[in-house]
Amino acid sequence: MKVLGLIIAILTGGLLIYATVDFPAWADPASPASMHVSPHYIEKTMEETSVPNIVTAVLADYRGYDTMFETAVIFAAGVACFLLLRIFLRDAPEERLYRHVLTGVTIRIKKGGRLPDSDDFDRIDTLWTPHDLIIKTISRLLIPFIQLFGLYVIAHGHHSPGGGFQGGVILGASIILLAISYDLRTALRRIREKVDAILCAVGVFIYAGTGALCLLLGFNFLDYSALASILHVDPVTARSHGILIVEIGVGITVMATMIWIYKNLASTGKYDEGL
Amino acid sequence: MIWQLDLAILTLVVICGIGAITVKDLLGAAILFGAYSFMMCLLWSIMGAVDVSFTEASVGAGVSTVFFIAAVFRTTRRTKD
Repeated sequence: MKVLGLIIAILTGGLLIYATVDFPAWADPASPASMHVSPHYIEKTMEETSVPNIVTAVLADYRGYDTMFETAVIFAAGVACFLLLRIFLRDAPEERLYRHVLTGVTIRIKKGGRLPDSDDFDRIDTLWTPHDLIIKTISRLLIPFIQLFGLYVIAHGHHSPGGGFQGGVILGASIILLAISYDLRTALRRIREKVDAILCAVGVFIYAGTGALCLLLGFNFLDYSALASILHVDPVTARSHGILIVEIGVGITVMATMIWIYKNLASTGKYDEGL
Repeated sequence: MIWQLDLAILTLVVICGIGAITVKDLLGAAILFGAYSFMMCLLWSIMGAVDVSFTEASVGAGVSTVFFIAAVFRTTRRTKD
């Protein structure tokens, strides 16, 4: 079976490499892909949408319909992970570990036992109990800057590489860093599961709602120049602003989905303890 | 595009790919996948596709590696086959 798999993989790979011979040369201006609509995007993007980064304009404006469903796919991925992995615990686990903050002594409390009345005890995970001052402090210092950078990437997608997807992933990664450097419960206290689920849907709603708003104003679906009358700007600037609105929607969905998937994966759906 | 740099990165991509499927330690495989994604990110930026490169760096090398590690943490560290 292994040999058969290897043969199939080598044959498929060989065929794929053979097929690349037919490709046009890299960056060939006469290749079919560069002849059709690309010149229009390259020449007209600035005057039609006033967005210097052509990739962002194509992604969120000219091909906005594709991006809307990409966002819906990410939302569906988050919901699928939730439905597959989430387990609602009915009773408390067999034992729990607590650490005395001042002395570092760990105590184990069996089911039915109770903790001494004191605020000095921190609950810790049974599987993996990191307690590293340096990692915790550095992460706590870094997380605000990571989040600031994520917001910058979303907001500055018009002028530089970036946009909703990348910025949302960076924002989500900052919360995941919090969950790794502290523990899952700290991250859960910051962003609860319900918030994840709601934000996940809100992002898609912002995107599709912007499209529907354009429809209501008598234009095509996702034709942001319709927003000119609401935003009190000229249609070209309205397209630029419309791109920013949908990028924010994408960012919210991606951020919430990344955090949600991570929480489900790291705690195997129990939300009790995890990486 | 400097072809020497291109060749070096392509070689590293192939090495990381083969390493990721042959190594027995699943945590090692996850980290090799992260290295693979990062090499792909460098390739994209060499070809001038900066947006794709940024996505690859954040999604491929960043978050998906973390997801792999979270999954390995919750299953077994060593592969059965």
